[in-house]
Amino acid sequence: MKEYRVKVEVKLKPVVLDPQGKSILSALRNLGFGEVEDARIGKLIELTIKDGSADNVEERVTEMCRKLLSNHVIENFDVKVEEKNV
Amino acid sequence: MYRFAVIVFPGSNCDHDCYHAVKHVLGEGCEFVWHEEEDLSRFDAVIVPGGFSYGDYLRTGAIASLSPVMKAVADFASNGGPVIGICNGFQILVEAGLLPGALIRNSSLQFVCKWVDIRVERNDTPFTYNLEVGDILRIPVAHGEGNYFTTDEGIKTLKDESRVVFRYVTPEGEASPEANPNGSIDNIAGICSEEGNVLGLMPHPERCAEELLGGEDGRLIFESIISWLDAGRDKRQRAEIPAMKADA
Repeated sequence: MKEYRVKVEVKLKPVVLDPQGKSILSALRNLGFGEVEDARIGKLIELTIKDGSADNVEERVTEMCRKLLSNHVIENFDVKVEEKNV
Repeated sequence: MYRFAVIVFPGSNCDHDCYHAVKHVLGEGCEFVWHEEEDLSRFDAVIVPGGFSYGDYLRTGAIASLSPVMKAVADFASNGGPVIGICNGFQILVEAGLLPGALIRNSSLQFVCKWVDIRVERNDTPFTYNLEVGDILRIPVAHGEGNYFTTDEGIKTLKDESRVVFRYVTPEGEASPEANPNGSIDNIAGICSEEGNVLGLMPHPERCAEELLGGEDGRLIFESIISWLDAGRDKRQRAEIPAMKADA
């Protein structure tokens, strides 16, 4: 029985304005971190998946992203699967 | 008397205001419909009200858009019935794919709660039926994520198909950046579906449907729906909007 830890990163598309990122950028610069060129905010969603024959984990999670976890109009996503033996 | 449905999700909070506007101010029939219901065929119009459905978790409107009732809303809309989504209701319709684009964080990062002026851009929809193009309505907004976004291609389609129904303007009617409360592309305050019978807008007409609330312009939108229903099938066919199921 294998267990999978899946990390889904959901990020705003570069073309979408990210006012939260802009605020962080400005706050970091105010703190003296002038080297920061840009800051963007995204989401990290961690899934634990139990499936003995899960050779399709990535495919299934991608489907989850398309159906719910991300909005294709404004966001891109990235799926990283880590295998863990239980 | 027409029958309006007000959809209620966990976290809806403008449902009672909509009910009050329809039932007590306009004197029409109105019913709350819990989001688990799957049939809206007994209604003449559907309101998806504002609020914070599911606590705005994940994305505003994202979880609510998967509720069983949304399939019924889609069926109702595809049969030509008028559907109006207000604020969070707009966000839900967008997430459900009944309207294009997305509503993202206000460019100011602030929750914006104030009166705005919006200009009527087309009057052949059920929601602007009694209005004239160029009319300016004064209606309050109250949202943190009302910044309408779509791709360049998306905005071109909206313009080509005249699907922008309301724009934020100055009291004089100019769609300037100063008049835009949230950073929406092209000052968009409300858009409709291709057929015109589904409207999403961020301002709250139910919050200004009677003088007691400081304004009555919102009533014009609800009254338009009623006049449009009154006008019946002939007028609707002329506007090339499919007939309602209730008429079938």
